[in-house]
Amino acid sequence: MEIKVVKQIMEWNEDCSNEVKRELDEKKVFMINIMGSPGAGKTSVIVELIKELSKDYKVAVIEGDITGQIDAEKISEMGIPVVQLNTDGACHIEAMSIKNILAYFNLNDIDVLLIENIGNLVCPAEFNLGEDLKVAILSIPEGDDKVQKYPLMFSVANILLVNKYDMKEFFEFDYDKVSMYAKGLNPNLEIYRFSSKKEYDNKELFASLRRKIKDKLNK
Amino acid sequence: MHELAITEGIIKIAKEVAEKNNANKVLSIKIKCGDFSGVIPSLIQEYFDIVSRGTIAEGAKLIIDRVPIKISCSECNNESEIKRSDIRCPICGGYQYKIISGKEFYVEALEVE
Repeated sequence: MEIKVVKQIMEWNEDCSNEVKRELDEKKVFMINIMGSPGAGKTSVIVELIKELSKDYKVAVIEGDITGQIDAEKISEMGIPVVQLNTDGACHIEAMSIKNILAYFNLNDIDVLLIENIGNLVCPAEFNLGEDLKVAILSIPEGDDKVQKYPLMFSVANILLVNKYDMKEFFEFDYDKVSMYAKGLNPNLEIYRFSSKKEYDNKELFASLRRKIKDKLNK
Repeated sequence: MHELAITEGIIKIAKEVAEKNNANKVLSIKIKCGDFSGVIPSLIQEYFDIVSRGTIAEGAKLIIDRVPIKISCSECNNESEIKRSDIRCPICGGYQYKIISGKEFYVEALEVE
């Protein structure tokens, strides 16, 4: 006997990410999932986002790392609530971990929750976390072929930061090629040139984030 | 990626469906798997044979139906198939398109007795 089923195999993660999303909608928290390779500059970008967004919003951070808490200590020194999520070997964060870790925060007192995902351009792209926004970071020294090599990441992201843009002159990095391929995979993708040392599209990025946060939180 | 966890997910679905239908044994499981999904089908069968031991799904055959990556090009208005290794439109070489299929990954049907 044949039984028709049609069941998503990754459903466990989808169900869980929907639960997280509902909880954050109810508590009016805007969650941003920040992804990129090891060394792409995720922590430095988060530091810049904290400096900017904490002018008007209460910001908190989930620091994902396979092990250790070097990044969490850096964020904590800024006086920002941070919880370290150690995946103990896993190469990505799943929605279940986010669901469990939300209990460590006072969500009534948080407007923006930033997640630093595990350094990896592959696996994090496959797991929705219940976030409002996915940000992919690609840094200049990684090379301009990454969109072709890791298409899924750039097809699921809402925002692409081309980071360490101040190093462009030292690497043969073709920005137009990157944005052409990325836009091809994902026509709605917003792309910004970014550096924590110099101004490129930093202001435009902040303005776009503020608009999106305001849309959800009404403030 | 993550074929082991994925295989466990498949077995969980098979168990639930088989029990609900009072089946004694799962003979085969049909799976749709898009080429863009990042799943390696040959690994799944190998893991499946190990993880399904002692369950109602032991010995079941996985029938994996691969779904090619299909795009609808907004520059030349053609629909065509692309490969992960070359993401340009094969007709006009353009890169402005919508992906219409290839991200699927689900259990489609079970053959039980």
